[in-house]
Amino acid sequence: MSQTITIDPVTRLEGHGKITIQLNAQGEVENAHFHVTQVRGFERFSEGRPYYEMPGLMARVCGICPVSHLIASARACEAIMSVRIPSTASRLRNMLNLAQMVQSHALSFFYLSSPDLLLGMESDPATRHIFGVTAARPELGRAGIGLRRFGQYIIELLAEKRIHPGWVVPGGVTEPLAPAKRDEILSMIPEAYTHIGLALDWYKKIADGFKAEIEVFANFPSLFMSLINEDESIEFNGGALRLIGPGGGIIDDGITAAKFTEVIGEAVEPYSYTKFAYYKPLGYPEGSYRVGPLARLNIVKSMGTPRADKELAEFKQLASGPVLSSFYYHHARLIEILYGIEKIEQILSDPLILDKQVRATAGVNRFEGAGQAEAPRGTLHHHYKVDENGKILWANLVIATGQNNNAMNRGILQAARQYVKEGKFTEGILNRVEAVVRTFDPCLSCSTHAFGQMPLALSLVSASGEVVDRVVR
Amino acid sequence: MSVEVDVKTLEIDGHEVSASAGQTILAVARENDIPIPTLCHIDGLSDVGACRLCLVEIAGSNKLMPACVATVQEGMVVSTNTERLQKHRRLILEMLFAERNHICSVCVSNGHCELQSLAQEQGVTHVRLPYRYPELPVDVSHERFTADHNRCILCTRCVRVCAEIEGAHVWDVMGRGIDSLVITDLHDEWGKSSCTRCGKCVQVCPTGALFDKSKIGSEHPKYPDFLPYLNLMREAQ
Repeated sequence: MSQTITIDPVTRLEGHGKITIQLNAQGEVENAHFHVTQVRGFERFSEGRPYYEMPGLMARVCGICPVSHLIASARACEAIMSVRIPSTASRLRNMLNLAQMVQSHALSFFYLSSPDLLLGMESDPATRHIFGVTAARPELGRAGIGLRRFGQYIIELLAEKRIHPGWVVPGGVTEPLAPAKRDEILSMIPEAYTHIGLALDWYKKIADGFKAEIEVFANFPSLFMSLINEDESIEFNGGALRLIGPGGGIIDDGITAAKFTEVIGEAVEPYSYTKFAYYKPLGYPEGSYRVGPLARLNIVKSMGTPRADKELAEFKQLASGPVLSSFYYHHARLIEILYGIEKIEQILSDPLILDKQVRATAGVNRFEGAGQAEAPRGTLHHHYKVDENGKILWANLVIATGQNNNAMNRGILQAARQYVKEGKFTEGILNRVEAVVRTFDPCLSCSTHAFGQMPLALSLVSASGEVVDRVVR
Repeated sequence: MSVEVDVKTLEIDGHEVSASAGQTILAVARENDIPIPTLCHIDGLSDVGACRLCLVEIAGSNKLMPACVATVQEGMVVSTNTERLQKHRRLILEMLFAERNHICSVCVSNGHCELQSLAQEQGVTHVRLPYRYPELPVDVSHERFTADHNRCILCTRCVRVCAEIEGAHVWDVMGRGIDSLVITDLHDEWGKSSCTRCGKCVQVCPTGALFDKSKIGSEHPKYPDFLPYLNLMREAQ
């Protein structure tokens, strides 16, 4: 008889999800799915609100990366206003986004994934967490907490609050940077370098011990997409999107926010509230792609900062073309943390960063606008339509997790097929399947979207576990 | 020459106080640093006794009186903060929250909202009534300001400031009871109304119902202190 293994909830993730693995009569893995089981409805309840409220409203979608939503939303509003924001405001926003990237990556790597990497996939789940890591390697725990604090504290200094900050508004930012704040941020940078240096050294030493996982953790050819600058360096705030193939060749380039919907579509599967983004010319699911740290590092030619460039060169040695195993998201994440610290230092070293002109103003000049930014976990796209007074008529958010959705589902199937044999599995094996999802660092809370009539399935299960009846709406 | 002064003496919360005839209990209490919570009252405008938060107990009467409009009487014994009053005030605030869609986290007035501050002061920890979630309009037609009826508590400060201070009387109240709505002119869009664009209504609005379009997030403190000065200057002329 066929059997279904359910992992519910998937632990050490941001948001609520579950995994189901279907076994056939022989106990072999037939299929596996990653389900996002909640719906939020942000697009629906933003209808009727004034467009200038959108950044603040959208930032509430997530406590981990509110800044990326602030920025993508503000950029969509600026498209509606048709304004170009002052360059100081743009650089300040970039710094805020980088600070968030550092803290979010630190959360993903140290808090959520380092327990698996340090203590082992099979270790006792009762101690397989950040406290277990801190007990086993105090300096590593301290580095993780320190880097998260570094990012969060910069967000607080710039935008007053660590979680759901304001400050970023359509047209720029509300307040210029005070010199005292700049000096305070600069004073924290040396310690941050020490922390990330320690983490990178440690990761490189242990990565070889995970050869088996690297083989099957969503390790397959796919497309990759991220923002990139004109000089082919990494970009989180501006630039345009580039899509590359599994061999590294450019498939599409210069995808601006306005062009995004022309080339990216969203598919819906009945088992998840998260949509599945794909590249339209290739169709679904062939046009599915990956976003996030791994995609960014696969796409860019340089980081634009000396230390991170050295690390990028080493990273590029992992494969002749793009690095395909999602296990390397961890490695890419650490390099991006280093880049974030360096770039923040670079931005602050320019005296013009204290310039007082940080906001442009305008009314509704277009009835439609889109904005995009790189969130820690990948490309984020906001798209709004407004009436002549600026009231939101329609909104759509394309979230990084939705763009990685297909790869995550393929990844857990790949890992489950490798580890679950003859219907037998252990806690450690299931933890490996969860760990595949963790490499993507999905943020489920902002990824959930209703599309048309949501499928709702009710199952009546007998005491022996047999499904007696099933109703699907 | 002697000036005849009609002085009343009364007791508020155990303090012997004196007042001139015609003064409200609220005015006398504030003169004597006795706090009474208010929401629809604002210094510089007439009082309407709409919000009922300033209700006080008067010895010998079972009826609660709004301190903002009840005038002092000789020998009155007033209590401003009994358990019964506290209970009523909390319930009034809970009803205000349940009546419309007050979402503090995304409101421009978060952190400087009179309704929010009062709820904190009066110890409102949760709302025991079911929320009504009405579908209410947001008027964004004005070039400078926004009216979000979801956050309006019908205190009518905007109506009074527009009529009494600006002299335009653009704002008024439409409908009755729970269906009441503040409107501009004869329910025209604010942007197309006879509004003088002075912004006084925005400054006196205790919540985020009326706000400046250029203020976003929680960067919108309001400054209603100008009203008494404005009155003083006009009287001097």
